[in-house]
Amino acid sequence: MKQALRLTINGEPYEVLAEPYWSLLDLLRDHLHLTGTKRGCDEGDCGACTVLIQGKTATSCMVLALDARDKEVITVEGLAQGNKLHPVQEAFVTYGGVQCGYCTPGLIMSAVGLLLENPHPTEEDVRFGIGGNLCRCTGYAKVVQAIMKAAEAMPAAGA
Amino acid sequence: MNRFEYLEARTLPEAIATLGQEEGTRIVAGATDFLVRWRQGLWKPRSVLSIQHIPGLDRVNYTPATGLSLGSLVTIRTLELHPLIQQYYPALSQAATTFAGVQIRNLATVGGNICNASPSGDTLPALIAYGAECRLISSEGERLVPLENFFLGPGRTALRPAEILIELHLPPPPPHTGALYIKHSPRSAMDISTVGVASMVTLDGEDGVCREVRIALGAVAPTVIRARSAEALLRAQRLDVGLMEQAARTAMEDAQPIDDIRGTARHRRAIVEALTRRTLRSAVQIAQGINLPFRTQRALAVEAIL
Repeated sequence: MKQALRLTINGEPYEVLAEPYWSLLDLLRDHLHLTGTKRGCDEGDCGACTVLIQGKTATSCMVLALDARDKEVITVEGLAQGNKLHPVQEAFVTYGGVQCGYCTPGLIMSAVGLLLENPHPTEEDVRFGIGGNLCRCTGYAKVVQAIMKAAEAMPAAGA
Repeated sequence: MNRFEYLEARTLPEAIATLGQEEGTRIVAGATDFLVRWRQGLWKPRSVLSIQHIPGLDRVNYTPATGLSLGSLVTIRTLELHPLIQQYYPALSQAATTFAGVQIRNLATVGGNICNASPSGDTLPALIAYGAECRLISSEGERLVPLENFFLGPGRTALRPAEILIELHLPPPPPHTGALYIKHSPRSAMDISTVGVASMVTLDGEDGVCREVRIALGAVAPTVIRARSAEALLRAQRLDVGLMEQAARTAMEDAQPIDDIRGTARHRRAIVEALTRRTLRSAVQIAQGINLPFRTQRALAVEAIL
């Protein structure tokens, strides 16, 4: 039976009716039409559906929607300020961290989550940080470079 | 597709009562194992009972006298990053870094990893090597079960109906103790272990004989197991390289691996030998006082083909 669910997504309050078996990803994509978050494997392996919940990264396919009750969720749609991209998005564009683009929203959310916790990561930290994101195009080198450059460009206060 | 209802408990008595009344209810915490198995059709509960909002179950507490208490809702990410766990139980933090990706570690809980009772559960060998005990609660009261006795088979545990794992307790590591975990898997991230080995060694003084040793083997038996005949060779002995090599060969016989997609039984036995030898040698070096910064120890945690 559907249950009422209140949560905040990208700073906006939502009140929806959600089925108990919906994942947060089902809610975001299929019911709220926030399709920036991608569905890859739907079993927590590929990282394409990564979002931030309470400032921490999570694969939204592995979260029951009702478990997001009263939580604050940030998706890739919530990063840009008007027409100004988030520094991590900017760096992915500048340094060629995007090829086919399917893994990109998830990688960007993982990078944003990493930099919130660790504003000055080493390259090893970055590689550990994106270990849960699969990309079949870039070979990761330019992704890692983009995240390192984004860290340099960002004020220490984080995202 | 099997549909289920969503129930929520706000207190432990409420959770126990719900489990007793509602047939076909499965407890979920992070739900990361649950959602995979539900989508595969392996689990078909009538309802899930979320225990995420029960206060206090996510607590970490360490004192030198009593050791470490971990609420069952402590996340794998907390095991990885908590400064006191990194300092006193580094093999556990190390094991946590080998567990899926950050996004799953932020969700998955140590209690969930234990109750799902996979032979390849990444936190289990280190927890057993450190001598963890489980605190279980039901309407009949509480009981303590050593973690190594908690597992009955793949996915099967000593939990009784309507009983809940609420806490783990790890004794304080005695002076001159060292431990290391190494996971062997085809990929360096996001893979299930072919074999995982954790060894913990306590010496009688810096150059003393072995006072206590626990070697826990993952993914080579229906449950995580202790390599008891290997341990028996080492106890009360001076741990030289030859003896550790002999113990590692003995651990191959303690293992009861199977052939599967990640490796043959023979291949797994060979890995058990190598990882037992390496984890023992590093554990002894750490017990002898060699300082191994956590970043260095983290880099030793996974041996991958790719």
